Amino acid sequence: MRRDELRRIILEEISNIAPEADLAGLGDEDDMREALDLDSMDIFNLVVALSQRLGVDIPDADAGQLVMLGTAVDYLADRAGN
Amino acid sequence: MGTFTMPSLGADMEAGTLVEWLRKAGDEVRRGDIVAVVETEKGAIEVEIFEDGRIEHLLVEAGAKVPVGTPLALVAGKGGGAPVEVQPPPAARAPSPPPVAAVPQPPPGAVAPASGAAVRASPAARRAAREKGIDLAGVTGTGPGGAVVRRDVAEARIPAPEQRGGAADLTQMRRAIAAAMARSKREIPHYYLTHSFDVTASVEAVDEYNASQPPQDRILLGALLIKAVALALHDYPEFNGFYDQGFRPSEAIHVGVAIAIRGGGLAAPAIHDADRLALPELMSRMRDLIARVRAGKFRSSEISDPTVTVSSLGDRGVETLLPIIYPPQVAIIGFGTPAPRPWIVENRVGIRSAVTVSLGADHRVSDGHKGALLLQRIAHLLESPREL
Repeated sequence: MRRDELRRIILEEISNIAPEADLAGLGDEDDMREALDLDSMDIFNLVVALSQRLGVDIPDADAGQLVMLGTAVDYLADRAGN
Repeated sequence: MGTFTMPSLGADMEAGTLVEWLRKAGDEVRRGDIVAVVETEKGAIEVEIFEDGRIEHLLVEAGAKVPVGTPLALVAGKGGGAPVEVQPPPAARAPSPPPVAAVPQPPPGAVAPASGAAVRASPAARRAAREKGIDLAGVTGTGPGGAVVRRDVAEARIPAPEQRGGAADLTQMRRAIAAAMARSKREIPHYYLTHSFDVTASVEAVDEYNASQPPQDRILLGALLIKAVALALHDYPEFNGFYDQGFRPSEAIHVGVAIAIRGGGLAAPAIHDADRLALPELMSRMRDLIARVRAGKFRSSEISDPTVTVSSLGDRGVETLLPIIYPPQVAIIGFGTPAPRPWIVENRVGIRSAVTVSLGADHRVSDGHKGALLLQRIAHLLESPREL
């Protein structure tokens, strides 16, 4: 899967979890918990949504990879076998 | 013949608008069924019935605003029309009047555009509008009597996403929070205790459990915190219940979970019988509750009957919070953010995950000595989480 497609999917799932979040200003290296006011339940839901949508296992210990958009794209590209 | 009445969904609620009947005369209903939607200034609330039976007559039409306690429907008990009393009761063993929680709830506008006055709409239209995030008040109805039907919603333009917590919404929500908290500080002689303890074993137990679970079946530390509080309250009933004319302890332990609404505001609906739920079930209830709170969907019983409240700051908070009791409850337990701290273990300083638990309690009902024992019991359960 292409990286821009992964990025679009991640942003879409964040938007499902936090519909009011302003994603336009989100940088690759922003901590999404800070930038979008996400809590641990939001990150939990993001891990569930992405693992189901992309069909990849995301071990609990790796959940920290998903708190920044840049590392999330890298990580999921790697897990999806790109 | 029993009556189904307009419930009290907050200490300051005097009247509510019956927005929609979800059942009609002749329908069989079971305890827990959602039978109507009521709009209050705090939002649209799905109202449950508390007995099995059959709806005989609807006494109030959709769209009517009536005072709390007004009979809305006559209900025949199951098996031959024996009378049943259909009041929202259960938490504190049939309290009278029903327990009211002055829990600030988000107004509907906090999560979706406010509908203001009641809008006549079919259930299918209402569902479709919810799914599309459309405000029914802005849709022109073409159904009977100008009611909005599903087709109207399908043809309506989807508005740009509403920014949560606009100025008007925040004002309204802030007013509700202010009313409840002012009442609390005016009427309840609070005392506060805090206690820091080592939560490493619980953190490790969660990590260990999650390592073998698929994402959707994992749990968060927050579920253990709620379970520990619920179990500890078994031994300290003076912190679980309601205060009106005097203290009424509750046998059931319904833990109100304080949930922050992004953009501002707070709600604290109950997880029922939290002491009896296994951790995966408790986690799943928490997840469902948080999702529904943030989407503005509450059930009447969840709002009206928490017997105690837990407020947890999660990962991005500070060390300690000193929470204010939600009347008519008599205690609230807070958890600061768990963090690595220098800790003495077997006469050596090491790094452990520590958390500070706090108690705000009502001096009319309990004293600091009992409060300290409660916090120690909570700490003990989380230090050795096998009992959870």
